[in-house]
Amino acid sequence: MSSLVDDAARRLRSNSGAMCAMFVVAGVVALALFGPWFNPNGSETLDWMHVASQPALQSAHWFGTDRLGRDLFARTLEGTRVSLAVGVVASGVSLLVGIGYGAVAGYVGGRTDHAMMRVIEILSGLPLIFFVIFLTVIFGRSEYLLFLSIGAVGWLTMARIVRGQTLSIRRREFIEAAVASGAGAARIIVKHVIPNVIGPVIVYATLTVPQIIMFESFLSFLGLGIQEPHASLGTLIAEGAGEMEAAPWILLVPGGVLAVLLLALNIFGDGLRDALDVQER
Amino acid sequence: MCRNADLQSLLSIDDLTVGFSRPNRSISAVRQVSLAVAARECVAIVGESGSGKTQIFMAAMGLLAGNATAQGSVRFEGAEILGAPPPQLNRIRGSKLTMVFQDPMTSLTPHLKIGTQLAEVLVCHAGKSWSEARVAARRMLERVRVPDPARRLNQYPHELSGGLRQRVTIGMSLLCEPLLVIADEPTTALDVTVQAQIIDLLRAMRAQIGMALVLISHDLGVVAGLADRILVMYAGRIVESADSAELFRHPQHPYTAALLKCIPSLSGPRLERLPTLPGQPPQPGDPLEGCAFAPRCPRAAERCQAERPLLRDAADPLGSGITRRVACHFPLSS
Amino acid sequence: MNVHASVSMNDLLLGVTDLCVEFGGRAVLHGVTFDLYPGETLGLVGESGSGKSTLARAILRLIRSSKGSVVWRGRDLMACEPAALRPLRRDLQIVFQDPLASLNPRMTVGETIAEPLRIFEPGLNAEARKARVGGMLERVGLAADMIGRYPHEFSGGQCQRIGIARAMVLGPQLLICDEPVSSLDVSIQGQIVNLLLDLQRGVGTAMLFISHNLAVVRHVSHRILVMYSGRLVEIAPRDALFATPVHPYTRALLAAVPVAPPPHGAAEPYRAPSVAEPQVGGPPIGGPPIDDAPLRAASAASPPAADFGCAFRDRCAYAVGICGTTVPPLEEVAAGHWVACHRSREFTASPLPPKD
Repeated sequence: MSSLVDDAARRLRSNSGAMCAMFVVAGVVALALFGPWFNPNGSETLDWMHVASQPALQSAHWFGTDRLGRDLFARTLEGTRVSLAVGVVASGVSLLVGIGYGAVAGYVGGRTDHAMMRVIEILSGLPLIFFVIFLTVIFGRSEYLLFLSIGAVGWLTMARIVRGQTLSIRRREFIEAAVASGAGAARIIVKHVIPNVIGPVIVYATLTVPQIIMFESFLSFLGLGIQEPHASLGTLIAEGAGEMEAAPWILLVPGGVLAVLLLALNIFGDGLRDALDVQER
Repeated sequence: MCRNADLQSLLSIDDLTVGFSRPNRSISAVRQVSLAVAARECVAIVGESGSGKTQIFMAAMGLLAGNATAQGSVRFEGAEILGAPPPQLNRIRGSKLTMVFQDPMTSLTPHLKIGTQLAEVLVCHAGKSWSEARVAARRMLERVRVPDPARRLNQYPHELSGGLRQRVTIGMSLLCEPLLVIADEPTTALDVTVQAQIIDLLRAMRAQIGMALVLISHDLGVVAGLADRILVMYAGRIVESADSAELFRHPQHPYTAALLKCIPSLSGPRLERLPTLPGQPPQPGDPLEGCAFAPRCPRAAERCQAERPLLRDAADPLGSGITRRVACHFPLSS
Repeated sequence: MNVHASVSMNDLLLGVTDLCVEFGGRAVLHGVTFDLYPGETLGLVGESGSGKSTLARAILRLIRSSKGSVVWRGRDLMACEPAALRPLRRDLQIVFQDPLASLNPRMTVGETIAEPLRIFEPGLNAEARKARVGGMLERVGLAADMIGRYPHEFSGGQCQRIGIARAMVLGPQLLICDEPVSSLDVSIQGQIVNLLLDLQRGVGTAMLFISHNLAVVRHVSHRILVMYSGRLVEIAPRDALFATPVHPYTRALLAAVPVAPPPHGAAEPYRAPSVAEPQVGGPPIGGPPIDDAPLRAASAASPPAADFGCAFRDRCAYAVGICGTTVPPLEEVAAGHWVACHRSREFTASPLPPKD
């Protein structure tokens, strides 16, 4: 018999735009993961013979090379891997923390809720970039720091959203029924609240992945994130920006991948929301 | 006084079928329903959830949902209105053919004052000026017994109680002296004490204005006080049609009889167990073979499972003169 | 105030005393006091705004009350710590009005019914639990193999059966039914009411049956409470309430129920018994039509009417001066028959005129 998940899956399947977007995202991910096998060039190999060469399908470097002779295709793929990793992991962290925090605040209510929300508001008020720079100064540059700072920020809005959703279902009769059955707050939050707020939350999570990738790109663009020789789409774009006049492909290739990825993720996220929302009668 | 449907009918519905298309399948809410309402007559349509009673008149008023299809014919004053373009419908909707909905909170516009909503009807349909319309609106509020009408005109719907709101919507439906008013469960959302007053109001308005009234309800008690004729619906079809008093005294269709028995009474002996019908009414999407009521019918035989009974003229033992119809292979004898 | 002074407190299952609930400064429930005995069914009737659903939730502490006590088998629930309250919930169950809304859409029907078992009988292993749930499903008239389905796959009547199964799986001593059949088709209502009566008889559960439908309440209740605007206005044994209703609101309620003429033209349709003309030159029987006063306007413009006298006075055909200044207390006018009306003695003193 059909469950609500099956209904949502069916609605999603009938949304051709979202399905297209989903395949695009899947394609990019697949490319990022398996692409290096098809590409004889390593991302860190310097090819002095072909410095800053244009993209040419016949040559060894399909998408050309950068200023140092590194294969742009390989570099872009690595950059995509890193950006996706950051996006997914940071989203995941913010999801877990945000859901727990928001559900508890929304369900318990009263003074606890007030206190918890004040914490969020204070953290939201902190200027983000200064925060990241501050941490970088103290702990030095590292990728883990990047994940941490992004995750530390991402959960705030997630918590707000989950709290809002929790507030709206808190008065629903099945929650009352659970209380009347003798369930404690922990049981209600885990078994009754969270499964019923997960819909909008998942949608939001899907839409935060592109936001986080953008943010990471921005940080890396500023030099605060991923460092050489590693690459992320942001660092590649930063490089490419400097070479825009002479060798535009160094910007366009990673830029194009980022744009396609973000667009596809957004469209898919919208489709997911449409599919899940309908049942929230 | 026999009623010859075509000659005197105000509203004449023939072979109406209303279906909805869903992703998996299409479902029929109304199946080949034919009925007629004469001028000044009060006809009640009674049925439970899934019977299709509301969708008939949604189709007539051109208010069907986007994924609905309607086939058949609906004629008002002789002109075909099923599927008519909105400009044509708008000439009669709101003026000659009006509707009162179940929940007055959602059928009144929340951000417009009562006076504005009432006056709007007259401005659009009767071509009056706003000031004339407001005067007429106030008179109508008096007629529907809304206390302190001048003050009410300037209030918003949420400032009125449920009963008052329903009076306002009834008033709105009567402003242009309509020929036919369709009332869809007009008292269901109201308290019992208020319900009685609304029924009284409808009766009084009928006496004053003389419009025909179609009363859709699941509550036979509400209907008893108002209707001349009652049509009972089950699973999208009419299963019985009779004069009101006749129906209560001698129901011929087993469903009607069971429904009447199921209504717990305030008088009579107190029962240890309430009378009930086994099973549940079929939902519009369920596949049906033979008589839709057969699975729950105490009189069902093999013929009922195989062959769907047609609506046929039946005996009219009390000589009411109103044609009596039943769709049953083994109707209850009087 | 002990409404049943003749019975010893040991027999009492539930004693509600002076229960008050406020929402946003406005009193929604005023000083409700009544008793409930083991195995009895207490009907609670009232219309919208009467506070009957609020009362149900206040008794179970699903909402906070501002005053009063609810003594359950000798313990005051209002004074309990939340942790001490939870084990008591085993015996205090509720069935809600909207069958689908009272079930978690993301849990299977089996999980929903099993939840009370998980909470109160954690020692049960999965097999035993499944057997209990299956058994309960069958007792409420569903098939045991429906255990893995989701609420949206069921009809309203079936959902209500599932809600009842969940409430009864532990065999509670009190079942509160908050309008359990109001949203169901007429042909199904009887099924659900009969199911409740069967289960009640099987376990010996007391029931508080809340409804606005007097006819249904008549068939299930031993005693009936009538509420208006947050207060109890009449308490009576069932037969007495329908034969000799005293409070003007009760009379109006009974008179207003639309009655289908009974089939086969046998019995007479019900008519609310008329009340003798009050002695003090009040308005004649029948009075002016009772207009529904706008509830919202009254509460918005002035303090709640109930604080300043009888809440029903604006709609009462028999209101006199004192009705506007003093809240009428519940007084016993006959054995077990209590009425909150300043003129109740007049209404019961004169003999009833013969039926015409």
